[in-house]
Amino acid sequence: MPYKNFCLVCSGNQCESGKSDEIYRELKRLVMDRRVSQEVQIVKTGCFGFCSKGPIVKVLPDETFYVEVDAEGARAIMDEHILGGKEVQRLMLKGEEHKKPSRFYQKQVRIALRNCGVINPGEISEYIGRDGYAALSMALFEMTPLEVIEELKKSGLRGRGGAGFPTWQKWKFTHDVKDKTDEVFIVCNADEGDPGAYMDRSILEGDPQSILEAMAIAGYACGSRMGYIYIRAEYPLAIERLYTAMDQAREHGLLGKNILDSGFDFDIEIRLGAGAFVCGEETALIASIEGERGMPRPRPPFPATRGLWGKPTVINNVETLASIPKIILRGGDWFAKIGTEKSKGTKVFALTGKISNSGLVEVPMGTTLREIIFDIGGGIPGGKAFKAVQTGGPSGGVITAEHLDTPIDYENLVALGSMMGSGGMIVMDEDDCIVDVTKFYLDFSVDESCGKCAPCRIGGRKMYNILDKITKGQGTLEDIQHLKALAVPMQKASLCGLGQAAPNPVLSTLRYFEAEYLAHIEDKRCPAGVCKALVTYTINPDLCIGCTVCSRKCPNNCITGKRKKPHVIDQECCIKCGICYEGCKFGAVEIA
Amino acid sequence: MAPNRLEELNRLREEKSMELHDPKGNDGEIEIRIGMGSSGIASGARDILRVLNDTLKDRGITKALIRQTGSLGLDYAEPTVEVRMHGMPDTIYGRVTPEVAQQIVDRHILGRELVCGHVFDRPAPDMVKEPNHAL
Repeated sequence: MPYKNFCLVCSGNQCESGKSDEIYRELKRLVMDRRVSQEVQIVKTGCFGFCSKGPIVKVLPDETFYVEVDAEGARAIMDEHILGGKEVQRLMLKGEEHKKPSRFYQKQVRIALRNCGVINPGEISEYIGRDGYAALSMALFEMTPLEVIEELKKSGLRGRGGAGFPTWQKWKFTHDVKDKTDEVFIVCNADEGDPGAYMDRSILEGDPQSILEAMAIAGYACGSRMGYIYIRAEYPLAIERLYTAMDQAREHGLLGKNILDSGFDFDIEIRLGAGAFVCGEETALIASIEGERGMPRPRPPFPATRGLWGKPTVINNVETLASIPKIILRGGDWFAKIGTEKSKGTKVFALTGKISNSGLVEVPMGTTLREIIFDIGGGIPGGKAFKAVQTGGPSGGVITAEHLDTPIDYENLVALGSMMGSGGMIVMDEDDCIVDVTKFYLDFSVDESCGKCAPCRIGGRKMYNILDKITKGQGTLEDIQHLKALAVPMQKASLCGLGQAAPNPVLSTLRYFEAEYLAHIEDKRCPAGVCKALVTYTINPDLCIGCTVCSRKCPNNCITGKRKKPHVIDQECCIKCGICYEGCKFGAVEIA
Repeated sequence: MAPNRLEELNRLREEKSMELHDPKGNDGEIEIRIGMGSSGIASGARDILRVLNDTLKDRGITKALIRQTGSLGLDYAEPTVEVRMHGMPDTIYGRVTPEVAQQIVDRHILGRELVCGHVFDRPAPDMVKEPNHAL
């Protein structure tokens, strides 16, 4: 006899503390008590991501969502809903009972990720079955190129790769000069390089056809017959799936000569990058496709008028392109209804770092950081305190707890001293040292600097050296002045976005965490206990019971002591690996 | 008159749309989606695929279609497996180990119950299938 109802109880880590386990046991007891254990299954599930309102119970197949359920609420769900067939209104989210469909509690809206995890990326017919290539046919047979661009203008779509330039303007510039030249190119920028951002890879792996379709639409709108996908070679799976997708699209007459017998020709080639961060910058990317060394050149002229091989070129990011078929199909006005006044639509963020539910989330612009980190992301694991979130990768900055309620859009992030970037969000907790994290980003920028212009090449290295000095406890107060003095000219004089943005992490962390820099410089102390040179491990003799675990685990054999007597760490030979600290069950090893 | 290739495309779309969005009209048909993006594969999705295939074969289930998809974005819960079948709610399983994969076949598909502790919520409404859900 199959079950008639399923009662899902969340068991995310936050909810555990919110007594979800108790609700689970109570419901288990109730099904026995009411003699329905053959009809109703009580199931523990992963986090629903609404942890501030936990514990959460969801009843299937009705899809009813109950929040803040207590023991008495569990009884009500059992007796009134499951046995009585009537939803328990008082446990549902306030004011939302009848307005929206059942999954309203979810904050995500998936436009760019609409097919990821739903279709087989190696099977074009499944993409077609989900409205695939409907937008391209609509554009080819029912719209003029200008109407396509007009639709994008109405949608307010802005580039998702970093700077947030309106997509329709790029297309319009190229459209306007196409008659003066013999060739126009469309380039898909899939050179995703920000540490912790991987939405482009996921889209290319999960829904490659949407990129091909969008590029063909761009080709039609801008008068191009040739497109390139510039993708880094370290995404082999994405590349393989793109090749398969292109072969299948050609078979179906959706790519190549005379697409759908409309007379429009468009073909795509893949160019592999060697994984240089600077090649995400459009002029460096163009140089790389041309076979030159991947170095930027001054703009203007912008690629929209003088790009690949000197021809007008439209360069769009993967996520931008992935949204376009849906915008054409449902209309720009629909897209413009989502989001904030200046930033429309949805944005994919890659949640990583100290976060319970790491992964990709797509939310409407204007969603707050708190909603993303605590409601969708499930908060910080292990009950640690939130410290900051780093957005925009090596070009961005940090956002602190006091700004958690800022609605996220391009302008607000810039005002906070960070940027949207490609949408990486690295969450940091109290155990992360801000100076150390900043040093990591600067190290990345220095490593990836192409070396063409002096401000970036020399300035970046100088700033890195200062940060390195500070983390080793050799910093002086003037170093902070030097950092600021180096940052501004670097921002102003660097040739491309890499150098201009490289000082951002430094300026942003100095703005919000100057005290932590000062602790490193004046007190020679790393508050988070990360910077090895500034940390000492000691054993508290009052807590140590002499179990000898630490002395056995110490890789450098520098902990001594008799069994059942307090142990001592020899500071001279301690390498500060922290193994004794993690290994001690009694909390006797202390960091200072 | 619309050109032929366009008609062909539209026909294929309609046919596939039915198959993808309404598999339940076809009783007995079981659809299993397994997330095979980089993150899924790195967490062992290939093993899970093999175990699912073996277990289905071993239990004599022939009416199952395994669809290899990209990543759902639930990277903390990879590998993910979604099961869609008549008489059961569409269910996403996460943190699937080879043992859990066997349980999915034995308990979910054959026993018609959910596998406790591994059920995850769908991250967002499907805006292609349910356009009104998502705004």
